[in-house]
Amino acid sequence: MITLTVVAALLATLPLVFILALLLKQGASSLNWAFFTNMPKPVGETGGGMANAMMGTVMLIGVASVIGLPVGIGAGLYLAEHRGARFASVVRFLSDVLNGLPSIVIGIFAWQFLVRPVKQFSALAGGIALGVMMIPLVTRATEEMIRLVPDALREAALALGYPRWRTSLTIVLRTALPGIVTAALVAVARIAGETAPLLFTAFGNQFWSTSFMHPISALPLQIFSYAISPYDEWHALAWAGALVLLALVLVISLVARFVTRSKFGAGHD
Amino acid sequence: MTTTLSGAVAVENFSFWYGPKQALFDISLDLAPHAVTALIGPSGCGKSTFLRSINRMHDLLPGARSTGRILLDGENVLDRSVDVVNLRQRVGMVFQRSNPFPKSIYDNVAWGPRLNRSPSRSELDDLVEQALRRAALWDEVKDRLRQSAIGLSGGQQQRLCIARALANEPEVLLLDEPCSALDPIATQRIEELLWELKKDLTIVIVTHNLQQAGRVSDRTAFFYLGKLIEHGATDQLFTAPREERTEAYITGRFG
Repeated sequence: MITLTVVAALLATLPLVFILALLLKQGASSLNWAFFTNMPKPVGETGGGMANAMMGTVMLIGVASVIGLPVGIGAGLYLAEHRGARFASVVRFLSDVLNGLPSIVIGIFAWQFLVRPVKQFSALAGGIALGVMMIPLVTRATEEMIRLVPDALREAALALGYPRWRTSLTIVLRTALPGIVTAALVAVARIAGETAPLLFTAFGNQFWSTSFMHPISALPLQIFSYAISPYDEWHALAWAGALVLLALVLVISLVARFVTRSKFGAGHD
Repeated sequence: MTTTLSGAVAVENFSFWYGPKQALFDISLDLAPHAVTALIGPSGCGKSTFLRSINRMHDLLPGARSTGRILLDGENVLDRSVDVVNLRQRVGMVFQRSNPFPKSIYDNVAWGPRLNRSPSRSELDDLVEQALRRAALWDEVKDRLRQSAIGLSGGQQQRLCIARALANEPEVLLLDEPCSALDPIATQRIEELLWELKKDLTIVIVTHNLQQAGRVSDRTAFFYLGKLIEHGATDQLFTAPREERTEAYITGRFG
């Protein structure tokens, strides 16, 4: 039995090892400083970069966080503090459904309501689509983290005369904060690599753009369009882009782990 | 706070229900100011429920309701018009398991005073020092006030929780089995502390430990199955109980 589970555990980590090895092999050679600073070059020219796509990813993550974090954390706080309420179980269920929704559906939804009416693909629409994806992730993770805060701490604050809402905000939320920050970072890492919701919203852009109201590129979009192209130079850049994306997710995950172990963390006893 | 307030608690015909289940039956009991009253009785007898009614910790429990009155300095604390924030500042509470906030020692004690007032830095420093001195913890922690409270020993954590309650300058201090998780030395320190504190406070302590009730309390109340069976001076209750059930409990025949 133990052998089987160890084998399963190895198999669980194997894909990541293979992916990492493959990306390093295929992408590392195209990765240089120019990749981060240069714009895409026309077919046939060598040495193009993905500066615009990286800027786009940063902006999309920014918009998504502005929407996903406050809504998700607020909803998670509500779910954890009113766990028995009927409305809470409805929200919890719908949140899980939203979490399981294929991301392409969220993309179509955003296109219908944010792109079609204004007849304009935009970074804003892409960011909102990603933000909608973030909400259930952050909601459920926040709820879990807040539930880990011992009831004894709530009681201590209440017994000192703290009203319930201030107890929630100061003691409960603050105690759970490292966990919530971790959850937020994991959610960011999760959406940073999303492609499908961006296809009909952010759309992609070969040029440098910092406008929220215009189409914008993003790393996964750029990887997608380069990977399906027939040109070897672009294939190499797609590999490099994928490596950068993986590195970004890895760094965010490491930061998340580090935050969890902060000095006044939720650890009790 | 005026000098007429004494911290006298008078409970009149108090009954309490958790939903359909009645937990306390028609309790009438005076808690004397500047004295320690011990609440004893077997598990589930309602003594903790009674204790938590005095500072209305049941408020948030769905289905909890009560009848009767609990008068603090003549005012019925169960009255809906009573400000529960103010009440809980006047009636401090210490729990069975020490529950310091995962913050610095200083911040733990300063937590209460920071709620309504905005004391100046030096005022707050004084308040914190005073509260820690009253809880007999100052000498042990004065050099590490900025360190996490989680690093303290169990007994120190519990005294920190007492200091945290004292920083609100309460009239009444409720303790719910404060020593049940502590070793004998730490327990002794807390008992000595209660002896000091009762000079200015009304103290009510729930305990499973009859020796402890005998050592620290001036008066003892014996609860059984949600009813107050007997109460009186601790010496008298332990040596010459009037009720047969009290005698059976304190001699260890049940409970």
